Amino acid sequence: MAGISLRKLRKTFGTLTVVHDIDLEIADKEFIILVGPSGCGKSTTLRMIAGLEDISSGDLVIGDTIVNDVPPKNRDIAMVFQNYALYPHMTVYKNMAFGLELRHSPREIIDKKVNEAAEILDIAHLLNRRPKALSGGQRQRVALGRAMVRSPAVFLLDEPLSNLDAKLRTAMRAEITKLHRKLDATFIYVTHDQVEAMTMADRIVVMKDGHIHQVDTPQALYDRPVNMFVAGFIGAPQMNFFPVAVARGGTSVRFGDRELPLPARLSEALPPGSADRACMLGLRPEHFHERLPVDVDPAMTAEMDMEVELAEPMGAELHLNGVLGGETVIARVSPRCQARAGDRITLIADLSSAHLFDKKTEAAFGN
Amino acid sequence: MSIDAMPAPAALKRPRRRVNWGLITTYVIVILVTLTMLAPFIWMISASLKLDRDVFAFPIQWIPENPRWENFVEIWTKIPLGLFVMNTFQLTIIVTILQLLTSSFAAYAFAKLRFPYRNALFLAYIATIAMPWQVYMVPQFVMMRGFGLTNTLTALVCLQAFTAFGVFLMRQFYMSIPDELCEAARIDGMSEYGIWWRIMLPLSMPAISTLTIFTFVTTWNDFLGPLIYLTKTEVKTIQIGIRMFISQYTQEYGLIMAASVVSLIPVLIVFLALQRFFVEGIASTGLKG
Ligand SMILES: Nc1ncnc2c1ncn2[C@@H]1O[C@H](COP(=O)(O)OP(=O)(O)OP(=O)(O)O)[C@@H](O)[C@H]1O
Ligand SMILES: [Mg+2]
Repeated sequence: MAGISLRKLRKTFGTLTVVHDIDLEIADKEFIILVGPSGCGKSTTLRMIAGLEDISSGDLVIGDTIVNDVPPKNRDIAMVFQNYALYPHMTVYKNMAFGLELRHSPREIIDKKVNEAAEILDIAHLLNRRPKALSGGQRQRVALGRAMVRSPAVFLLDEPLSNLDAKLRTAMRAEITKLHRKLDATFIYVTHDQVEAMTMADRIVVMKDGHIHQVDTPQALYDRPVNMFVAGFIGAPQMNFFPVAVARGGTSVRFGDRELPLPARLSEALPPGSADRACMLGLRPEHFHERLPVDVDPAMTAEMDMEVELAEPMGAELHLNGVLGGETVIARVSPRCQARAGDRITLIADLSSAHLFDKKTEAAFGN
Repeated sequence: MSIDAMPAPAALKRPRRRVNWGLITTYVIVILVTLTMLAPFIWMISASLKLDRDVFAFPIQWIPENPRWENFVEIWTKIPLGLFVMNTFQLTIIVTILQLLTSSFAAYAFAKLRFPYRNALFLAYIATIAMPWQVYMVPQFVMMRGFGLTNTLTALVCLQAFTAFGVFLMRQFYMSIPDELCEAARIDGMSEYGIWWRIMLPLSMPAISTLTIFTFVTTWNDFLGPLIYLTKTEVKTIQIGIRMFISQYTQEYGLIMAASVVSLIPVLIVFLALQRFFVEGIASTGLKG
């Protein structure tokens, strides 16, 4: 049993508070990913869970014991560091066996576990090498292996893939997901790469400036972000935002001199007395189309003209960067679209999938 | 198309070798400086094979006509040089080992542990380097006399087993070892002592060698310390023991130089054995890149 609870967890460095009373319940065997921009306190949170950083206030519960004052080695955790932190003077085998040796496991068991892990990670042929004789990807595997052999209840991973090249990263993503299934342990994973978060996590924790903004499954985060920050952070390319004002009793919004329809989902969510309320309308790049898709209600669309400034072919799709009604936007259209830089193109915005945020509080309506 | 099949390049103009005066000047200067540095050393070796009266003969006769190898036998019988060598070895080895231990131990705390006023404490400790020994030499002596430690090697061990310089040197090196290594070791279940002993020490061989050389050479060659604390013949070190060749009426320079040559040998051995690490940086940190 290794559910983890963070209860009003806070971390201060001197007078600087970097983690603000965060609450989080992590279920046993869950794969949870902390994402957020640089400096938002992801690593600090992870390090508090590991016991490498003192907890300034609040409680950390693993299983059913408060572990605030339990040293790292007794927390039944293993950690994979961003720079791998392999012991340079020990062989790969020794690196992996070290934790078990310190726990006085019998020789045969250590040997068996190390060989098993090496087999799974495909590093069996490297066991006698020193870390400096390994490539980045191999070191990364060794670091994972070192964590695995201890069979901890909780794996903590701090940006383990950030030093790998793009291709290897994609491959390792799948490896780690598989590993999670095989090992049957809780994974807490830190990254600032939202693609990693979307593809691997059971649930994602979005952090900013030491606060948790939203915790949910990847799809729910994408579909129902609670505020503009989450909406902008999750999804690539980013969601487009347009300053609008509520009109017609909430059934539409004014954008410049245009009027755009609002789906019932959003108009019903607007509090009474919202006439003229300043809002931000959010539209994801894939909600712009060259022609009306069959499954979209024409009443919920609007034709909008875009000045294309840059067309980025991605192979399966085309990203159009440009200006639409005075706002910079990115639209994701079919690669057959002929628009190129300098062109003017009419796009159909599908407002049935729009998001609406209060301009002042940045909170979403209708979630 | 293979390389051979390529048309031969039209006769390339080969630039005429120009005399590189800059390089020559540099070499001349370097050689002159080296000779200046080596001259006293060579003079010492040459003098160690001469009779006293020939030592100061001018012009200097660099290679003595009939070298007096007996000098190297006589030094052991005229004064208890063997005893002095033993004393010096004892002192130097104990001081070096203690200093390595205390320095790297304190340095670990200053570099890798968090405790209140760590940096202030470190600065205060380092500031003592700026204080010349001559300033507190006398009060220190009075204190040691109070402890009844004069004329013992223990006095010198006590004084030299701890140095701010050693702590500074080791700390700077430890700072370059990533904290994550210690953290990984903590999670692996190692105590702080264990981390120091099994992670930091093995990784700090270059710094350890440097400190070993410094400490060994300084302690071995120390003159002032033993001069102040050691007056009895039984406890003297080589450096002050050699002074026994200088008596009121005679100064046996040949023997002094022979003993000096002997006293240089251990220093040279230590230096040559460790200089490889001295130059070599840490081989790998096991981290990215
Ligand atoms: N030892 C420390 N002393 C003072 N401030 C610190 C310390 N460690 C971290 N911080 C600060 O705490 C904040 C959060 O740092 P943290 O390392 O948790 O960020 P992060 O979310 O992991 O960012 P990144 O994605 O860049 O790794 C940062 O503003 C950082 O400057
Ligand atoms: Mg971080």
